Amino acid sequence: MDDKSLDSNNKRKFIEDPRYKQCNKEAIYGVILGLINMAWWYIFGYGLGSKPVEEYSYILGFPSWFFISSILGAVVFTILTFIMVNKLFVDMPLDKMTKEEAEEYIMANEKGGK
Amino acid sequence: MEAVNWGTLIPIIIYFALMYLIGIYAAKLLSTAKSADGEGYMDEYMTGGRSTGGFVLAMTLVATYLSAGSFIGGPGTAYTHGLAWVFLAMAQMPTGYYTLAVLGKKFAIVSRKIEANTITDFLRERYRSDAVVIVASLSIIFFLIAAMSAQWVGAARLLQGSTGISYRTGLLFFGITVVVHTAIGGYRGVVLNDTLQGIVMSISTLVIFIAVVVKGGGVSNIIQNMKAIDPGMITPYGVQEGFMTKTWVTSFWVLVGFATIGLPSVSQRAMSYKDTKSLNQGIKVGTIVSIAILLGMHLVGAFGSTLVSGIESGDLVLPTLVSQIFPSVIAGIVLAGPLAAVMSTVDSQLLVVIGAIVNDLIINYLKPELSKNSKAVSRRTTGWAIILGIIIFILSMNPPELMVWLNLFATAGQLSTFLWPTILGLYWKKANKQGALASMVAGIGSYIYFDYFLPRPLGLHAIVPALTLSLIAFVIVSNITEEPSDEIIELFWGV
Repeated sequence: MDDKSLDSNNKRKFIEDPRYKQCNKEAIYGVILGLINMAWWYIFGYGLGSKPVEEYSYILGFPSWFFISSILGAVVFTILTFIMVNKLFVDMPLDKMTKEEAEEYIMANEKGGK
Repeated sequence: MEAVNWGTLIPIIIYFALMYLIGIYAAKLLSTAKSADGEGYMDEYMTGGRSTGGFVLAMTLVATYLSAGSFIGGPGTAYTHGLAWVFLAMAQMPTGYYTLAVLGKKFAIVSRKIEANTITDFLRERYRSDAVVIVASLSIIFFLIAAMSAQWVGAARLLQGSTGISYRTGLLFFGITVVVHTAIGGYRGVVLNDTLQGIVMSISTLVIFIAVVVKGGGVSNIIQNMKAIDPGMITPYGVQEGFMTKTWVTSFWVLVGFATIGLPSVSQRAMSYKDTKSLNQGIKVGTIVSIAILLGMHLVGAFGSTLVSGIESGDLVLPTLVSQIFPSVIAGIVLAGPLAAVMSTVDSQLLVVIGAIVNDLIINYLKPELSKNSKAVSRRTTGWAIILGIIIFILSMNPPELMVWLNLFATAGQLSTFLWPTILGLYWKKANKQGALASMVAGIGSYIYFDYFLPRPLGLHAIVPALTLSLIAFVIVSNITEEPSDEIIELFWGV
């Protein structure tokens, strides 16, 4: 293969699938959102729920530790999921690419993107 | 024997009849694929020709993932432990977006490149190792048979408890429905059924939840009544000292949250969608539906403690609540929800096991010539569906001791086998067959060890250290052994 390597980190001589960069980013967004979700759940759940029961405050009838960690958390992370998918996820073809299609894809992304 | 409650039974029979119709419809689509060769047939049978749209993708993922645990076992435990168990169940919040985002488009692209129909196909192409394929297939077969049997038992008890038919009749009725619609419809049939079942589950959750809140006199009132039963019911620590500790409960984010990517019946779905629009829509719909069902059903269980007291077996909480709140016909319609949850999990698992036997073991090792002949493949998929149905039926009639243990181990066992070989195989070029095998052995081995000798190591659920060791073994062994061949890397990473 005499083409220039498209990925500078790529030791081997082949064109790395140009879609993977975006795929990897999306996977990392998913992981980050998951970790924030867990942190929210833990901090509000145990932070507010570890008080003596008599000192609990209530929101819509639920103890506030539960309402914020689990119910509000569900709403917040559903909204964040929508934002992640709408703003950060990119549509792309999924089928096998030929070399020409790969080059076309790179060109199109450099022109149209960012 | 109690009298049969026809009012409840008839809606359920109608519902099951619908399953058959969908199976027949999917079988028609499948028969057009029969004109292709055996490989084309297997592709259609296992992935529905990779044409799943967004809404259907979301529903099948949610329905597959939410099982008897979410509808029967979980609410049953929440009945005893209160809000703490609902809080624990919310560790599953990320399921809808996490799995699809992390396996993501890359998994779909790769599985198209290598024409993978099952997770084992993926592992075979990536690691080129008979040992990896055989461990993976056997793990699927054993763990999933155990898991399915436990689900069948749950469904049969639910039918028995709510309609008054005998356990044996309930088991037969349920088992035949699952086997027939899976055998004739394949993935497409399973997915269409899952969609219907996902809708039924959502509606059923909503109806039961509203009814319970109204009956209990509003949320405020219910929470105060729970507090009166036991103040532990409304804390994140539950009612039993030292049971729901912070570290143990948080471990569930791994067991039922982040690590679910490793379940073959879940990752199968990440191979099958049509395009990225479907994926994006699937993530959105899946997140909303899974959170709503999880939160709703677990709250129903917790709230139920104030409506009906003294239900002894957790499995009976939901049927008892429903039959006390609703008139019998409506109870039958509403109970279709939990039955749908069980069925949609079991049919996907059955399909994965059929795939492991026919696609991964028979076509690969015993009779490679079959891949040319779609009729012979179709005879085998049907034959194995029936054989598996019979095995599971026998196990469920009289569940042996070992099986109860195997079921507890089934989810963790699958995760220990598949999580790292799937993820690292996809994202790490250095991942090789020795590493994959080491990680499977370390994962399963250490899980069994911890489970037996050291439950809650460092206060954690045993799955956390098991997956950690499994990861360490993978990385170390891959680093000290030969890198995968250029050919594999180019196939997976090249264009």
